[in-house]
Amino acid sequence: MHRAHRGPAVSASAKRREYGPTLALVGSPNAGKTTLFNALTGLRGKTGNYPGVTVDRRYGTIETDGAPARLIDLPGSYSLHAISEDEAVAVRVLRGEMEGTAPPDAVVFVADATTLPRSLPMLADVMLLGRPTMLVLTMVDELKARGGDIDLFRLQGELGIPVVGVVGNRGLGIDDLRQRVTDPSTWSRPKALPDADTESRFRWADALLEKVTRHPVQESALTRRVDAVLLHPVGGLLVFLAFIATFFQAIFTWAAPAMDLFSGVMDGMADWVLATFPPGLLTDLLADGIIRGVGSVVVFVPQIALLFGLIFLFEASGYMARAAFVVDRVMGWAGLEGRCFISLLSSYACAVPGILATRNIPSPRDRLATILVAPFATCSARLPVYTLLIATFVPADPVIGPLTKQGLTLMGLYLLGGFSAVLFAALFKRGMLRGASLPFYLELPPYRVPSLRSVGAQVWRRLKVFLRDAGTIILAGSVVLWVLLNFPRAEVEEGVSDAVAHQQQIEQSIAAHIGRAMEPVTEPLGFDWRINIGLIGSFAARELMVSTLAQVYAYAGDDLDEDSDRLGVVLTTPDPETGEPPLDFAAAMALLAFFVYALLCLSTVAVVRRETGGWRWPLFMVSYMGAVAWLAAFAVHRIAS
Amino acid sequence: MPRDTSPLTLADLPRVLVARVTAVCGTGPGAERLLELGFCPGTEVRFERQAPFGGPLIVSLRGYQLSLRVGEARNVCIEPIGGRP
Repeated sequence: MHRAHRGPAVSASAKRREYGPTLALVGSPNAGKTTLFNALTGLRGKTGNYPGVTVDRRYGTIETDGAPARLIDLPGSYSLHAISEDEAVAVRVLRGEMEGTAPPDAVVFVADATTLPRSLPMLADVMLLGRPTMLVLTMVDELKARGGDIDLFRLQGELGIPVVGVVGNRGLGIDDLRQRVTDPSTWSRPKALPDADTESRFRWADALLEKVTRHPVQESALTRRVDAVLLHPVGGLLVFLAFIATFFQAIFTWAAPAMDLFSGVMDGMADWVLATFPPGLLTDLLADGIIRGVGSVVVFVPQIALLFGLIFLFEASGYMARAAFVVDRVMGWAGLEGRCFISLLSSYACAVPGILATRNIPSPRDRLATILVAPFATCSARLPVYTLLIATFVPADPVIGPLTKQGLTLMGLYLLGGFSAVLFAALFKRGMLRGASLPFYLELPPYRVPSLRSVGAQVWRRLKVFLRDAGTIILAGSVVLWVLLNFPRAEVEEGVSDAVAHQQQIEQSIAAHIGRAMEPVTEPLGFDWRINIGLIGSFAARELMVSTLAQVYAYAGDDLDEDSDRLGVVLTTPDPETGEPPLDFAAAMALLAFFVYALLCLSTVAVVRRETGGWRWPLFMVSYMGAVAWLAAFAVHRIAS
Repeated sequence: MPRDTSPLTLADLPRVLVARVTAVCGTGPGAERLLELGFCPGTEVRFERQAPFGGPLIVSLRGYQLSLRVGEARNVCIEPIGGRP
């Protein structure tokens, strides 16, 4: 599958024979570039990375009856004078300056037919690069529906280059485009080009449009009517709150059945392995290390798929830009821009996709500040831990209406996470990340019916990145955790039950040694070495805290959901030796506070390392979040005891 | 503020409503980007709405709508079309 990555071993000319010419897809955000890419490559696009930068490299093959062509989808950009990392990548690839990426043989410029006065000046810049160029006008159906009429034939004549009109999400014009696009040697070349300076290019575009526009496009009446509500000072805020509520409802409630199903299947597989194979280390490793590790990855798949599905749906429909507009004041107070809120929102499912979503934030400082605080958002891996501790230690007394103390505590923890994220972003932006900021601007595209095919393709692509980035680390972490808990092997007395033998093993394991070594630090918080083992377990994936504690307290191998209740009983039952329960109320509340703040997640650390290009920022995050977590837990422990 | 002497900027658009861009003030990538987004001298801009409490503006120009903060809007100088309201 990685033949395109083969590199210098294959000569450029051999490559050209094999794949045909390489075409770069260029255009502004919202121009329908991704939809067009999917329509042309038939969803067989692949994702990689450009060396040294964290911008997705998407490419695919255009299959035709004749010769094929390779298509590279460059990040959306408003200009060739790049100000963000995304845009810089697009420009470097176009100029043939990107290491490891051959200069494209030709450029396919994608422009929304309804916004030509803005996009044609960029086309001039692209044509000035001197590569064969084709103009693809998307959304020609919308142009017509809004009363616009452009003489494409005349436009082609005036520009000199081929011009094709398509409706990407309905596939109209795609076959014609596919036949014409794959052989750039036949494309006609541009006629008179303007000077490269911005004003000349805009004057050229205006003069050109004057000639080819039969009827100017009217503004979208639907958009005007919908915006009157969605951007209304009061109504817009209410809709925004409803949007957030739906979002949470979706990722937690709607995803739950699929998540339960996935974890049930993985638990069933672990049980089957334990029952089928002879007892021993290998069977244990397979069941408790590997299958449980895979289980903790796949359990997130439904939620993350749903999360990205919603984000891309709202983005494609045009609402995301409006939501960013509505929250811009709050984000502005934190020194961030509206777009950062999408990353923080994603982080409520999982910080890994949230951090990946920071890639479209133009300002490096804003992007870094968002990355630094994203893990404060209450990710779904914290939920099993919160549920266990709240159900065990907080009474279910009603407070107001259907709200109980338990529900309010959970809500409080979620709000605390979000509030802390904004607060710390504000601190960073006023402190070490202070400086002149990039201009903030946001296009508000007309409302459109999203293409489900395109949304599905984008979700699948993000899911693959999640599985690659987080999946491998969670699985490896789970295996390492298993080793830490099972070595060195303990001498177990004859005739004791399996559960007791397992407990004796854990008491002498490496994990127990680490847990005991941590006690001086965690003692003021009320955590003993057993709880510390749970904290070690949560590094592989936060929700593994629950199963690790279950193992520590001799409840290994059983179904986790049932275990949570039993584990709760164990946590509150006094130890016969000391007369103290493993966790008292104050320590449990401290543990909750600790979980709100601590960066207990190797996947996040690894993703931050990759996205920031070094260990400096991930280590900083582990340290400052650890310090905040300790202080918060200490304060809570003091107040609660 | 001496309203008569200082040139109007996009930040004043909420009371001017329709205007023509005269210049992008300032230099650097920020100013360049405003030009690239279409705030070229001669371009017509129309006020759409503004978020409450001095929040970002939405303006239409060149067939599309753009949201920008008041701080950025001050970098675009405008002249009203059809006299001051």
